[in-house]
Amino acid sequence: MKSLLEVKNLRIDFKTYGGEVHAVRGVNFEVKRGETIGIVGESGCGKSVTAKAIMKLLASPPAQYKEGSITYNGIDLIEASEREMERIRGNEISMIFQDPMTSLNPTSKVGMQIMESVLKHNQMTRKKAYNLALDTLKLVGIPQPEKRMEQYPHEFSGGMRQRAMIAMALVCQPKLLIADEPTTALDVTIQAQILELMKDIQKQSETAIILITHDLGVVAEICDRVVVMYAGKVVESGTVLEIFQKPKHPYTKGLLKSVPRFDMDKSVPLAPIIGSPPDLFSPPKGCSFYPRCDYAMKICMEHDPDLEDVGDGQITACWLQHPMAKAMNVKKVINAGGGRTNDNY
Amino acid sequence: MTTIEKYTDLNDELMKKNPLVQVKNLSKYFSVGKQNLKAVEGLNFDIYEGETVGLVGESGCGKSTAGRTMIRLYEPTDGAVLFQGKNIYDYSEKQMAKVRRDIQLIFQDPYASLNPRMTVEEIIGEPLTIHGVVKGKAKKKRVEELLKLVGLSPEHINRFPHEFSGGQRQRIGIARALALNPKFIVCDEPISALDVSIQAQVVNLLKKLQKELGLTYLFIAHDLSMVKYISDRILVMYLGNMMEFSDSDTLCNDPLHPYTKALLSAIPVPDPTLKRDRIVLKGEVPSPINPPSGCVFRTRCPSAMEICSSSTPKWQEQKPGHFVACHLYW
Repeated sequence: MKSLLEVKNLRIDFKTYGGEVHAVRGVNFEVKRGETIGIVGESGCGKSVTAKAIMKLLASPPAQYKEGSITYNGIDLIEASEREMERIRGNEISMIFQDPMTSLNPTSKVGMQIMESVLKHNQMTRKKAYNLALDTLKLVGIPQPEKRMEQYPHEFSGGMRQRAMIAMALVCQPKLLIADEPTTALDVTIQAQILELMKDIQKQSETAIILITHDLGVVAEICDRVVVMYAGKVVESGTVLEIFQKPKHPYTKGLLKSVPRFDMDKSVPLAPIIGSPPDLFSPPKGCSFYPRCDYAMKICMEHDPDLEDVGDGQITACWLQHPMAKAMNVKKVINAGGGRTNDNY
Repeated sequence: MTTIEKYTDLNDELMKKNPLVQVKNLSKYFSVGKQNLKAVEGLNFDIYEGETVGLVGESGCGKSTAGRTMIRLYEPTDGAVLFQGKNIYDYSEKQMAKVRRDIQLIFQDPYASLNPRMTVEEIIGEPLTIHGVVKGKAKKKRVEELLKLVGLSPEHINRFPHEFSGGQRQRIGIARALALNPKFIVCDEPISALDVSIQAQVVNLLKKLQKELGLTYLFIAHDLSMVKYISDRILVMYLGNMMEFSDSDTLCNDPLHPYTKALLSAIPVPDPTLKRDRIVLKGEVPSPINPPSGCVFRTRCPSAMEICSSSTPKWQEQKPGHFVACHLYW
């Protein structure tokens, strides 16, 4: 299948008073039509910046596209004019933001906010746009949509606002939906509703979804493929089964082990990743995970590993995958915590 | 010993001990105009010495209000909290100040709960000054000791909060709570603002401190898998009311209340091979200003019956140590 979106070697810096922050330092991934990609990583790893870069929502300055390309359907988005971006934004690619409480305009009726993007992108009568917005509200499961169209965001609860946001994003039937932590601000029972909704929508409309999250549970639930980011770089990517069952990068392994599992013995301490992520003002010279890595070697300090294919499209950036490193791996099997990852090396 | 035997033993052991905290029919209403917002209604449970009780529920279910009322940051509308056998609401302000040494709170947001203009020494030393425990050099020594205890370097003593990461700030918050050697600590969502890999660090620290210092925790959170991991027993709340209370393994493996079942099935599990039938609750939590009649959960309950709207289910011990409030078990 041809890819819908391709991000190649993307580098983004922010100019601040304190110096240049290297927020995204070489990100590569692609999204195929109709698939769901999960981007996981801790706060500050550059996942939201990557998402906003695709939509070209980063204010420049301070943001600077240093290098790389973002190709959507053959169009280079970085080079695209603002006019072209306006056509694409909301129409072809749309975005759901994390916080439904602050992302809606409090002074405008919800129905109007949904109709706005329809009217902007299509030659359509208001009546038609109204009906389309109404249908979309029904699609996202909002009861009494006629009444809701006339209400303001403050009359909506958190879950309903997120549904309204999803309706806004879907009303023009985009080919790509970017969801930036869509359920983080919601309760688990509401999160379950929204996840079911996103699954249904994808089945019906074949929209490709980029889901940005730090919750591995959510990823396991709805993603086809996963991209793991750390300190502005992709450290591993593969299908959801590969990432959860045979993770190759120590960071992915660490992430999986640090979440408690339901069937876990309580007397076993959790296996956190020691330390904290590096400062992106001056990222380390070698592998950025090296100071926190259980398997760190001398070379990790000196040289940054490249992304290598480790079979069936699973790629990872780690010196442990180098043939010369194999001998060392066997000795250092660390199986702390109740992680159920298959350490098959 | 099988796991079940081990936990029954643990339960018996706990029962023999005296309860450190007894919550009796605790209610807290806030007045909103002419109406009352029933944040907490009729809480009844005991916390034994050295155990961790988890308090879970969705946002707005009154779990934080319950925690704050239990340490008398709010005055209750009704009911009592006995700490070491004495009702804390009977104390005068002066007496209460003394009791507060034994009861501490760890806050949710490590960014908002530390004064940005104070150094670490001032932050952690403040409770020591207020209670007049130690002064001068002895105070500094105690602060250094506390920093070491929570896994920070004593060299950090002159730094300001902004120089620390979220996980480190939460450690400072914990050190502050520990300064007066408390017996009981209410942890109000201490890890929800932290990243996954850091959450595990803080949870391990809390567990280690409990073992070393014999602390008793009330652990408030909405993340059931983390609560299950850290708690001995779990109380599930919904709209200010208690739904179910049991030891954590029974609650998670064999839940009785339909709300607990739904809550458990809503947790996303990091295992893509797992296929399960999820109970998706319809609708949203009703307003606590005007809660439903009878059982508060009935508007979203998949097994609601006629009786649920007319009478409030009784809080009863369904199995030994396993309490539930539901008409299904009458």
